[in-house]
Amino acid sequence: MSFPWAKHYEPKQPLMKWLDEKLPLPRFVYNAVGAGYPVPRNLNYFWNFGVLAGVALVCQIVTGIVLAMHFHSSAAGAFESVNVGIMRDVNAGWFLRFAHANGASMFLTVIYIHMFRGLYYGSYKAPREMVWLLGVVIFLLTMATAFMGYVLPWGQMSFWGAQVITGFFTAVPVVGEWVQVWLLGGYAPDDATLNRFFSLHYLLPFVILGAVILHIWALHIPGSGNPTGVEVKGEQDTVPFHPYYTAKDGFGVGVFMIVFSILIFYAPDYLGHADNYIAANPLSTPAHIVPEWYFWPFYAILRAFTADFIIAAKLWGVVAMFGSILILFFLPWLDKSPVRSASYRPMYRIAFWVLVVDVLILGYCGGSAATPGIVITSQLASAYYFAHFLIIVPIISRLEQPKPLPNSITEAVLAKKGGSQVTETALSA
Amino acid sequence: MLPLFIRSIKFLIGGAFVFVLGLALFGTVKTAITEPEPETAEHAMHKHPKDLKLASDGVFGKFDNAQLQRGFQVYKEVCAVCHSLNLVSFRELGQLGYSEAEVKKIAKDWATKQPVFDDKAGTWGERDNLPSDRFPKVYYAGTGTPPDLSLMAKARHNGGAYIYSLMTGYDEKPSAEALKKFPEFAKPAEGMAFNPYFANLNLSMPAPLTGEGQVTYADGTRATVDQMSKDVAAFLVWTAEPHAQSRKAAGFAVILFLLFATALAFGAYRTVWKGVKH
Repeated sequence: MSFPWAKHYEPKQPLMKWLDEKLPLPRFVYNAVGAGYPVPRNLNYFWNFGVLAGVALVCQIVTGIVLAMHFHSSAAGAFESVNVGIMRDVNAGWFLRFAHANGASMFLTVIYIHMFRGLYYGSYKAPREMVWLLGVVIFLLTMATAFMGYVLPWGQMSFWGAQVITGFFTAVPVVGEWVQVWLLGGYAPDDATLNRFFSLHYLLPFVILGAVILHIWALHIPGSGNPTGVEVKGEQDTVPFHPYYTAKDGFGVGVFMIVFSILIFYAPDYLGHADNYIAANPLSTPAHIVPEWYFWPFYAILRAFTADFIIAAKLWGVVAMFGSILILFFLPWLDKSPVRSASYRPMYRIAFWVLVVDVLILGYCGGSAATPGIVITSQLASAYYFAHFLIIVPIISRLEQPKPLPNSITEAVLAKKGGSQVTETALSA
Repeated sequence: MLPLFIRSIKFLIGGAFVFVLGLALFGTVKTAITEPEPETAEHAMHKHPKDLKLASDGVFGKFDNAQLQRGFQVYKEVCAVCHSLNLVSFRELGQLGYSEAEVKKIAKDWATKQPVFDDKAGTWGERDNLPSDRFPKVYYAGTGTPPDLSLMAKARHNGGAYIYSLMTGYDEKPSAEALKKFPEFAKPAEGMAFNPYFANLNLSMPAPLTGEGQVTYADGTRATVDQMSKDVAAFLVWTAEPHAQSRKAAGFAVILFLLFATALAFGAYRTVWKGVKH
């Protein structure tokens, strides 16, 4: 769908006319991310992060394809092919490797900001539920891909990470042990594990790419949301995606690349774990097995469940960890408030910021050794996490008295810029 | 309207998670009070690495070849008896300023030889190392398993400083009085050396750098224990990432370009949006 005032693609050159008749791909791009897509004029910089996630995905695919050309997918050869072949002998191999490893962190960072943007501005609400659902699917696929990628260099954390994560399934009664053996292709991570993880790690990014296309398609049905949460009322509320948002995204991509480059060139190991520079050794368990930073909040939730109640503590932990993400699928129906943007929701806004701090605390706990203090903090923070989505938000959406909404995007924009009352009424009429 | 049960299922699930976490919290707090974890010797005595400044540190850091050559000499004359450097090739030593002939000679004279299998006789023999060979594996019969040192500076947190601290950090074993608090720690295996910079404080390796003049530096630098430790740490920082210097140099150019390009992009953005209130 598009707004009636959307510009239409009109090829002028004979070649483009010919192409448009045979395969209207330029028309498709024009309507998707070109001048043919009207977008609210009031988007702030948080709306850059969707495009940035796409850029990060492309960076990962490009560096990953080249790295795969030099990688030996075997328990005997993987560590050396990364740490000798790629890091020392392949021309600029160190760049590819650091760009790929830090690219994963950039990708997840951007996704997290994009998701919190969605939570703050109510982007998950009707009519954009499907956009949100597909986004959660992309998030899950990205986490699976990142985990399997971390196993490939076959260092100590790779090996023991694979052991611990597949070990989650042993919490399942009766068939658990069998499921872990089936997933690993053996009783411990080995060639079979490494090869299937490599195969899936190469496959999943293209599945993500497919899901991203669906995500954007679903977005184009209602059109982009905006910081006021008020839907587009007329042409004066929108600008064409190109050149307005292509220009703004160009600037965003520049900033993204600067941060990315600082990581690659000046702090390439900062986000990694030193133990992964030790070759995998099935006979030596690292003192602290920790996942990559982007899994820390979920790892903290897993470790917070230390009491058996009807089912074993371990199973509670695994159910809660997966549950903490699955809850997001239900969010559009848990939050019944018709007002989207937290800017007009005084109570929800407080709950949102508490959640942000809560997830940061969970992240800190997940990355630390499980001392009693850390476990207690994780338990409190996990309780807030579940209470936020399942209890607090549903109750707030009933009790809350939202602030008055602007009549239109244009009215909000002009009010912010000191536009006169007369113009506002004139424009919103 | 959905039935009440369906409508309140979210509260039931949320309540269940919060309740079980409450139970877990109660248990954790109770255990923490009734059976507080005794302080471990590692917690009481382990030290973080001392500061180490190397020429290769920082954004404009460059390897100090004279120091790397000294460090290589320490590795060759002291460490290499037990520790391999199996991910590094002899040819890479050319980066430290050795000529092609010198590298050839270092490889040829290397004490540990390359194993070769004789297809005709069915036996293993040896040959001299070539510049294209990796540093050979070292087989060690004593107690402990000396780790390969190629990536040691990356395989420990703050690795360069850690290596320097470990080399200079050997200390007298704490007195029986001081160890009384830690009964499980008071009886470490005989022959272990005490070093507060090592993760669990006891290691099989006795202090490898013991006195001034243990190596005789070709460049005349006084070979104090501190100097040798710094040099070998610098050398292992190099082996862990020989390309670090070109990485930083490339980064400088890339970021300079990106700053310029991003400034242009910002200008383009402002120009396009000129006159559009948003």
